[in-house]
Amino acid sequence: MPAATEQEILAGLGEIVEEIVGIPAGEVTPDKNFIDDLDIDSLSMVEIAVAAQDRFGVEIPDDELRNLKTVKDVIDYVQGLTGATKA
Amino acid sequence: MSRNQTTVVVTGLGATTPLGGDVPSTWSALLAGRSGVRPLDWEGVEELPVRFAAQLAVEPTEVMPKHRLRRLDRNEAIALIAAHEAWQHAGYAFGDRAGGTVDGDRLGVVISSGIGGLHTALNSYDVYREKGWQRVSPFTVPMLMPNGASGLVGIEFGAMAGSHALVSACASSAEAIGYAVDMIRSGRADVVIAGGTEACIHPLQMASFGSMRALSTRNEEPARASRPYDKNRDGFVLGEGAAVLILESEEHARARGAEIHGIASGCGYSGDAYDIVQPDPSGTGQSKAMRRALADAGLTAEDIVHVNAHGTSTPLGDVAELASIKAALGEEAAAKLCVTATKSMTGHLLGGAGALESLITVLTLRERLVPPTINVDDLDDAVDLDIVRGEPRELPDEPIAALNNSFGFGGHNVSVAFQRAV
Repeated sequence: MPAATEQEILAGLGEIVEEIVGIPAGEVTPDKNFIDDLDIDSLSMVEIAVAAQDRFGVEIPDDELRNLKTVKDVIDYVQGLTGATKA
Repeated sequence: MSRNQTTVVVTGLGATTPLGGDVPSTWSALLAGRSGVRPLDWEGVEELPVRFAAQLAVEPTEVMPKHRLRRLDRNEAIALIAAHEAWQHAGYAFGDRAGGTVDGDRLGVVISSGIGGLHTALNSYDVYREKGWQRVSPFTVPMLMPNGASGLVGIEFGAMAGSHALVSACASSAEAIGYAVDMIRSGRADVVIAGGTEACIHPLQMASFGSMRALSTRNEEPARASRPYDKNRDGFVLGEGAAVLILESEEHARARGAEIHGIASGCGYSGDAYDIVQPDPSGTGQSKAMRRALADAGLTAEDIVHVNAHGTSTPLGDVAELASIKAALGEEAAAKLCVTATKSMTGHLLGGAGALESLITVLTLRERLVPPTINVDDLDDAVDLDIVRGEPRELPDEPIAALNNSFGFGGHNVSVAFQRAV
């Protein structure tokens, strides 16, 4: 799988969040905290993580999921594993 | 009826059924004698002994956003849809939890399902087998538990007096109505959102009810398959749907100027203690439930002008129930009342049936019109009570009362008494 750019990961994550919890993809911006800003509960975060794993071809262990608090955390985590370059 | 007891009234009605996505469309279809039974279009349906059912007229996807439906079992989604209609019908605004309407601590919920989240359980098991446990939705448990609908409705409307889910197969939601009446009488709540929901039209159910030989196999004429009291009836038709009643103490309803659609007068219960699926052929259990309903309601047999029968279209059950009605009310009173079996149109909603037929009974008394039993082409010789057929029957313009019977596998007999509000 070719490495995804930051913009591609952000767009993909936006689609996943919209699909799973109904928040418009446009509101999913790097600075947003999933729990405090987007009001996403822990069970939905598990669903989002599973969808993100499938989409970006990475593993997100439970221990790691706990550290992914903002949208940017996820983007950085995915990029770290896929070796993507900044767009 | 002059007992010193809180009167419980019906102030709101909501439903989504095989006949319509709400109460008005369901009621007009009932009066028109329309069948909600249709062929199933599933892949592989030809393998099944029964290839039709009474599926919802309006899919939940038409009224609820997709992301919300992802975490609701079908039975939960339709319970919420029916509850919203009932809540609004009662004159309450959504989100208006306190502030002059209802105190959350005085609001209860009793929503039953006989089966629960069957689709969720089976779909999640498929996901587990194909993709592993990590791909199983974290919402699986709250979607498959049979109290899910009750919990969700309680959360939706802020009900904190208690949230309950009584389970007794096809009598489940008749029990829900009875329990709600008791919650109000005992002072635990002023208002209760009460009802039932079921959505288990799935190949496994067609196979398992089919293997019991409980379902009609009239595959060539689905709309004619549910035919209580007809000589050629051959089993029930599986249906799905939800129905919700807003029950309220009369005092609370009058204080807020609510429209009163009927009186939930009382409820009677019995256990057959006979067989896990067959009703006791002597009918004593069913009769006891009806007599206890009259006693609980403070009514006499002469007050009952109508019975909405359990009447599922099974060869033995339909006529056995009529014998039980006669035994419970006496030959003379039974000869004067009229009986209908609305499952001829809606199919059998299992855990949703008691609430839907309670709702229909309330409308029947309010409108003074009994919906007909359809498909009775050739009345069974064993039928010796007045079955409403063809056209709706008009009821007298008097303070009238009716019973709604629901009997469930396990030997659960429930009869709910309603009176016309005057």
